[in-house]
Amino acid sequence: MSLPMADAVIVGAGAAGPIVARQLTAAGWRVVLLERGPWYTPWDCRKDDLRNQRNSTLGNAFGPDDEGHPRVVVDLDGTTRIVAPSEPGYSNNAACVGGGTLSYGAMAWRYHPYDFRMASQYGVPEGSTLADWPISYDDLEPYYEQAEWELGVSGDDSNNPFKGRRRKPLPMPPVSPQEREHEILDKAARRLGLHPFHIPMLRNSAPYNGRPACMRCRWCVGFACEVDAKNGSQNTVLPTALATGLLELRTECTVQDIVFDEHGRATGVRYFDRGGGRWEQPARVVISSCGAIESARLLLNSSNSLFPHGLGNRYDWVGRNLQGHTYTGALGVFDEILYDDLGPGASIAVSDYNHGNPGLRGGGALCNEFVRLPYQFVGMRDPVVPRWGQAYKDWMRHAYRRAIAVQGPTQEMPVFESRAALDPQVRDKFGIPVVRLSGPKHEETIAISTVQAHHADAWLKEAGAVKTWLKLAGKGTSGGQHQAGTCRMGNNPKTSVVDRNCRVHDIDNVFVVDGGVHVTNGGFNPVLTICALAYRAGEFIVQSGLKPRA
Amino acid sequence: MLTGEKSLNRRKFLATAAAAGAAACSYTQNSPWRVLSGEEARTLGAWCECLIPEDSDAGAKRAGVVRFIDIQLTRKYKRHRKLYAQALSALNLLARHNTSHDFAELPFEARTALLEEFEKGQYRAAFNLVLDHTMQGYYGSPRHGGNADYASWRMLGVPIVPVRGRLQYSILDPASQGGQS
Repeated sequence: MSLPMADAVIVGAGAAGPIVARQLTAAGWRVVLLERGPWYTPWDCRKDDLRNQRNSTLGNAFGPDDEGHPRVVVDLDGTTRIVAPSEPGYSNNAACVGGGTLSYGAMAWRYHPYDFRMASQYGVPEGSTLADWPISYDDLEPYYEQAEWELGVSGDDSNNPFKGRRRKPLPMPPVSPQEREHEILDKAARRLGLHPFHIPMLRNSAPYNGRPACMRCRWCVGFACEVDAKNGSQNTVLPTALATGLLELRTECTVQDIVFDEHGRATGVRYFDRGGGRWEQPARVVISSCGAIESARLLLNSSNSLFPHGLGNRYDWVGRNLQGHTYTGALGVFDEILYDDLGPGASIAVSDYNHGNPGLRGGGALCNEFVRLPYQFVGMRDPVVPRWGQAYKDWMRHAYRRAIAVQGPTQEMPVFESRAALDPQVRDKFGIPVVRLSGPKHEETIAISTVQAHHADAWLKEAGAVKTWLKLAGKGTSGGQHQAGTCRMGNNPKTSVVDRNCRVHDIDNVFVVDGGVHVTNGGFNPVLTICALAYRAGEFIVQSGLKPRA
Repeated sequence: MLTGEKSLNRRKFLATAAAAGAAACSYTQNSPWRVLSGEEARTLGAWCECLIPEDSDAGAKRAGVVRFIDIQLTRKYKRHRKLYAQALSALNLLARHNTSHDFAELPFEARTALLEEFEKGQYRAAFNLVLDHTMQGYYGSPRHGGNADYASWRMLGVPIVPVRGRLQYSILDPASQGGQS
């Protein structure tokens, strides 16, 4: 069944989609926003250590459900497995209004200026598709600022000499009081000659935008915020866009493909509602904001005689260069009790190792980790401690409140063979082909991440840890919640999928706006960059002339 | 009051229902368990207790780990039912073979020694599964049937907070939240 024409249809209400909706509705566009999941509220916070987006042992709190949403994962030894969303390897992002921003840890990083020109800075290693972005940090800076102020970021990076130029400080100071962990690590970092500072966070440290400050509970990353102090798209830009009366948000709608006219221009999307009813939403402009993996899937599933291998995929670049972050670090146990039950836990970072690691291409930020919930800490065992029995119990009892974890996201070297392709057989509950994830990490990524783990270890030792151990990375396919790279942005249509304005090279009225367009993924959590790109793309779309003047 | 005929019918019905129930899953009459048989639950309890033994703080058994696993075997871990049945019976067989006693009847040290052998053998995967599920039941949220009375959180000294919100307005005084220190 067909519906009235919209000026734009946006697929996916995650970090980016609602920002694009906010930009378009502010300019008077009539927009339909389709989201595969439901809209949760702060009352849906269950504080469940075993069932959340961080630890999905008993399932995902905010989707997708394990039933009917399989993916195929090809391991490095060639073994093929069908995995459910709560299982390792799926690279899950929440399926709900707000997407990952409902339940994330909320680190709000700007990428480093060098992160936009990694190839020029370092040269391209063999076996990598490392390239510069077609835009620079300066191009994105005003939009970073807009994201920081509209969504709300707390923190203080004034002691970070490595950051890019910023015109305006963050709108809120860091949460206070500081955790003991923070104080100890701060002193140790200074003794090492490092430059510690307060992590910027999309979390209220004071009432902001009509919502309260963080209450410092320990159920933060992986959980919806019970007091609504965490700022995601669902409680900021989305209500703004809805208030214009020009946005229609339809939840629990799963888009199958983009549809075209005989000239190859997009005319809208086809989707299933929650009951399996089929609809077609006509629109002048189609924007895919499904996240790197699902946006690649949508483009690959949108084929016709003009685009036989998927939209934007004339040169086989859609789904390629799948990246995430290679997290490594160290854990340390101290003599004294440090645990003070102050969430979110992560608060201090150094950016000294994002660039300038001798002989290595880049690096990443190092941060103290979010509060380790007890069952999570089980997986962080010191490898010399027996896995079970009295010795293990004694260790848990001793170490839990005396441990600090420091880790960080190593910027990955993109690999062409690391990819999200369509699986030829497996389909989801609507019969739509699902993705097949495969490919290794680059050797240099592993090398950099190992050096980062040693940096973390040295920091903990300087802080007084009496015992430390490393957390190192495996070589398997990257992705995860920080998934990126599958719809690369570039000036050359033969080696990228979208142009510098997030518009698919092949076609003038389809855009990809999410982490998929990242050429490289920075040595930082990606969400603020996704938001900044969405503000920028939204502004471009408004000015593109794709909507006829009324 | 039931008439004789009705009473007979009721008995018949109960017998049929019990048979149907037994055929559909392993619910047994008078069993406090959903999936496990009484013997399986005893063996599993004795097993988990070796993984997290009772001392000044609750062990796995008192913390309700068997109940956690039994509940999860009706839900997310339905697919592990067969492995549980096989592993529990294999462990008991090993115990009887080595000691001519049921696993659950053995003293703690003897059980630990048997598990060390079991862990290295063909049931390594099952052992790891039970180990992981035991940790989940012990250290996870009480809402899933384990961590009874916040046993592990008390042990770790993690404040036991209300279902929603915090216990106090001042975040400067975490000790006021009821945690042990």
